[in-house]
Amino acid sequence: MAMRPGVRLDGVHFTYSSGFGLAGIDLCIEPGERVAILGPNGSGKTTLLKLMLGLLRPGGGTISFDGEDLGGMSRTARARAIAMVPQELLLPYALTVREVVLLGRTSYLHRYRGPAHEDLDAVQAAMAATDLLSAADRLYNELSGGERQRVILAMALAQQPSLLLLDEPTRSLDLNHQIRILSLIKDLNLQRRLTVVSSLHDLNLSSLYFDRLVLLSSGCVVADGPPDEVIRPDTIQEVFGVSVLVHRHPSLGIPWMTFVPDAGDLFSTREDASEAINP
Amino acid sequence: MRHRSRIYVALSVLLFVALLIGVMQGAVALAPMTILKILLRSIGISHGPITWHGADETILLELRLPRVLGGALVGAALATAGVLFQGLLRNPLADPYIIGTSAGAGFAATVAMLVLPPASILGFGSVAVSAFVGGLLAVLLVYRLARVDGRCSPVTLLLAGVIVNAVLGYLGSLSILLFEGSEFRLRQVFTWLMGGIAVNDPRQLLTVGPIIIVGIIAAYGCAVSLNALTVGEEGAQALGVDLNRETGRIIVLGALLTGAAVSVSGLIGFLGLAVPHILRLLVGSDHRRLLPTSALAGAALLVLADTAARSLTAPAELPVGIFTALLGGPLFLFLLRRNGTESGWR
Repeated sequence: MAMRPGVRLDGVHFTYSSGFGLAGIDLCIEPGERVAILGPNGSGKTTLLKLMLGLLRPGGGTISFDGEDLGGMSRTARARAIAMVPQELLLPYALTVREVVLLGRTSYLHRYRGPAHEDLDAVQAAMAATDLLSAADRLYNELSGGERQRVILAMALAQQPSLLLLDEPTRSLDLNHQIRILSLIKDLNLQRRLTVVSSLHDLNLSSLYFDRLVLLSSGCVVADGPPDEVIRPDTIQEVFGVSVLVHRHPSLGIPWMTFVPDAGDLFSTREDASEAINP
Repeated sequence: MRHRSRIYVALSVLLFVALLIGVMQGAVALAPMTILKILLRSIGISHGPITWHGADETILLELRLPRVLGGALVGAALATAGVLFQGLLRNPLADPYIIGTSAGAGFAATVAMLVLPPASILGFGSVAVSAFVGGLLAVLLVYRLARVDGRCSPVTLLLAGVIVNAVLGYLGSLSILLFEGSEFRLRQVFTWLMGGIAVNDPRQLLTVGPIIIVGIIAAYGCAVSLNALTVGEEGAQALGVDLNRETGRIIVLGALLTGAAVSVSGLIGFLGLAVPHILRLLVGSDHRRLLPTSALAGAALLVLADTAARSLTAPAELPVGIFTALLGGPLFLFLLRRNGTESGWR
């Protein structure tokens, strides 16, 4: 186990002082995978991401990254291998887009020397990948929510990580920008073999953009697999307490959910729906 | 890139002009040529005939030059400390005194003035030494109070600072109330609390100068971490910053710079708060530019304010702290109205 690449969580426990936390998480994420972490509020999605980032130390169990114990890696090595795109970010002081993206180079910068050519090149490349070159000198705080989300994604890309963690990248974005940011993340994953792990609220979007879904409930993994295995009416009912119909996306064939207002009896299709998908 | 170096040239010129006006102006005006000749002779470059009054030489070398250089050092130190604390606490209202320095130094200096005999160490009076030690002790106390489970968050640091400042401030007032002694000593306390540059002995500069200069250079070394801290503590950690080490380093440097400044000047308000904001308007919020430009501007502005404070009502002298507050206060309000918007401080 020790020498295998990717991220490996073995029996990871974590408890906040309030009692919430994660209990016995086993999870292997191979290099190049694109994984969505799903689950209700408070199910531990963000905690799981912070553990994989090394920001939180597990209370029990081990986390390894490319065969190395995550807790034993230096801060610098970690910041160059794993990047996190936070949920939302408002800055207390006005920085330009270029300056914010340059923050991604923090772990490469020397205390007294300015940024080197590699740093400026990485910043430029990250802005190009996120379509921000024309906005480079604008002030971050004056951008729209969708543009800001791309800037913090560019900041993470400037770290040149092999693992990209995202905490609900579509939260507070309109539909157009949700689709745009998820397509961008998918492209980065496919073109650069960047491993992507993202928490997400929207189950349909997760089905549309991710190959593997990990469903958390009360700090435990309750389902893990391709969308077909996770987006199921019984599972969704159990975890979210919501009745849904699951059918096929008309053009892509992936599982697609329709909400049913608390009146399963009116439609009485819960069983039908699961049959439809698992005949 | 060239327009970025222009600001350094402009601020250096401003500082030079401020220093020149500072040594020329005062109860006795000195001509620039006289100043130049005295300076050249005193450092052994020129051996020409002495064409000036002996008193002019004494005024320049023993009174004005130390005072002007002291003002520049204090201004640079306070502005740098202001940038450090505003960056660390992610709070545009932070100033060099925010985590306890002012009240600690003020309380210690008050007690020293009221109780201690005016002894002298390395050219420093007992008041200056007490202020320096009191300021550092107060910061240490605030840091200890704010540290929970080995971590020290900006919010608790800010709150602990406000509380310690308030308690020590009232203790200082109480000790003034309870003091039964000469009016002169009370007046001395009030003048000190309002801030004024008092370099009584040029040797003071030999101690304070190196502390401040090394402090400013070390502060520049925190620019990368301060920039990263703009995205918050967790964000900075994710970017690879060792949060505990950098927080400790920034606090120690800020406290040292402020303590060194306070020991020479008493409590000079607004400078450390306003100068970083003025520079944000000019150079942006990248600390690699903000730190050195703030130091230069702080130095120039305090020298100018101090020159005005001792020239306008000569031979009487206004405490320069009143001056920086009267100038800095309205300026700061103006900036607050103009820039304290949702898009963040520039």
